[in-house]
Amino acid sequence: MLDTISAKAPLVVCRGVGKSWETKGGTVTALDGIDLLVDRREFVVFLGPSGCGKSTLLYLIAGLEAVTSGTITSGGLEVKVPGTDRGLIFQESSLFPWMSVGENVTFGLKLRGMKPEERRGIANELLRKVGLGDAADKRPDQLSGGMRQRAAMARALALRPEVLLLDEPFAALDVQTRSKMQDFLIEVWRDSGASMLFVTHHIDEAVGLADRVVVFTSRPGRIKSIVPVDLPRPRDPRSPEFHALSDHLTDLLRDEVDRAFAEQERVR
Amino acid sequence: MKALPLTAGALPAVASTTARRLRAVRGLTIVIWWVLSLGCFAGIWEAAWALGWADPLLLPPPHIFLARFSDQAQAFASNDVIGEVSADSAYVALLTTIVASSLRVLAGLALGFTFSVGMGLLIRYFRPFGNLTLPTITLLAPISPIAWLPVAIFIFGIGNPPAIFMVFISLFFVMTLSTISQVDSVSRTFLNVGAIMGASRRQLFLHVIVPAILPSLFMTLRMNLFGAWMVVLVAEATGVGSGLGQIVMLARNTFNSSLSFFTMTLIGLVGFLFDVALRQVQNRVLFWVPPSAVGRL
Repeated sequence: MLDTISAKAPLVVCRGVGKSWETKGGTVTALDGIDLLVDRREFVVFLGPSGCGKSTLLYLIAGLEAVTSGTITSGGLEVKVPGTDRGLIFQESSLFPWMSVGENVTFGLKLRGMKPEERRGIANELLRKVGLGDAADKRPDQLSGGMRQRAAMARALALRPEVLLLDEPFAALDVQTRSKMQDFLIEVWRDSGASMLFVTHHIDEAVGLADRVVVFTSRPGRIKSIVPVDLPRPRDPRSPEFHALSDHLTDLLRDEVDRAFAEQERVR
Repeated sequence: MKALPLTAGALPAVASTTARRLRAVRGLTIVIWWVLSLGCFAGIWEAAWALGWADPLLLPPPHIFLARFSDQAQAFASNDVIGEVSADSAYVALLTTIVASSLRVLAGLALGFTFSVGMGLLIRYFRPFGNLTLPTITLLAPISPIAWLPVAIFIFGIGNPPAIFMVFISLFFVMTLSTISQVDSVSRTFLNVGAIMGASRRQLFLHVIVPAILPSLFMTLRMNLFGAWMVVLVAEATGVGSGLGQIVMLARNTFNSSLSFFTMTLIGLVGFLFDVALRQVQNRVLFWVPPSAVGRL
């Protein structure tokens, strides 16, 4: 009975989450009054203009930064510090250049004291899953950008996280690689059973991936709207339904982008 | 050159030959510039001598101070030997002198590197320890290593220890401060990755911060190499009783300018070889740093 309750309970809960910084020019509010529930195995995309605080929310959930108001819980426990139940994939290449790809992938297991022989097998298995079967002994700089991000995913998956936080992970990739990586991410998501929280400012990427798209206002970041995407997967970006949704999101975003742009111009 | 058929198999071969040829040309270019640079320097000197501008007693040109190589080497033989020293033993003495100075530099560098990096890490690992020691270190850092010479002799007397201590001191404060600033500038992403992966503070230092700062610390070490040579020579000239620095002092006292320039040539060569060796070590140990970032001639 308890199990069914916890299985149905949302995995990540944000209640009244706010984040602000004190600067010379006064208080800068990045996020304000964020209420959000993320279910287990759900794919949620944060969409908003740059500087709207969507990445900040991701870092707050990761526990790398502290909220200034409200609470965040993950799996029922309040988030205060990073935990291995929450994996994070960064925008830039984050593999350690002084380790082989295999060592990078099992770095978290090494920290837990797992023996090198054991880690080797696991590294190969994880790398095979992300399509990098023969890369264990390579150095990170011998991989392409897309391969590095797949290795970073393998590294996050090694710790069997319940939620994977992705901070514009494909932003640095070219269009073709990006599209491949999106398909690949869906496979990883299905396979791992983890929830996904994915930050992007690409509308098509949001529609292509999400169960729900959370649209942010520009600074201070608030949730403007939550748009469910009920299209069956695999999704066809040329279908009318896809277009309708991405038009809808474009409309929602337009005001915010204009506002963010005007603000940036003013600052300059 | 005969025409090569443009097949898929031939292409890599062509590419590798071209690459090899390019590398050879580049290597040759470097050698040519080296010869030109040294040639100009020595040429101007020789010309000044030939025109009678440079007094051969005060500024003997290279062909004079290098010519009587075995005579010069005699100066390196132990002072206790009375009478004529055979050429063979003179060369042995020359080599012994160079090795003695080099070992002092090496020992000082190794000790200085280890202790300063350890100190810098401790300062950042235990904040109270840092608060306690950092003001003193900041104040001691600007003192020229030469000013430490009397202290070195008070504490260690005569022999190897004061010379090694001098190298140590010339490195310690600079490298400690450098370590601290490197620790502070480790990429935020790397630290975040460590934290996300569940690293403890100790693990973060051991597995992320130390490897991340090593390349630039090695760079600092290389930049301080010539400074280390300088203080070793001063220490040897004043109190060690052997080494290249003592020969420089001997040349000064006997007004032997040929010997002086000869020793300077040796010091230059040995220092250069040290830098080459350190660069090799860097390429091997810090394999992930691209060669372009290592610094080339």
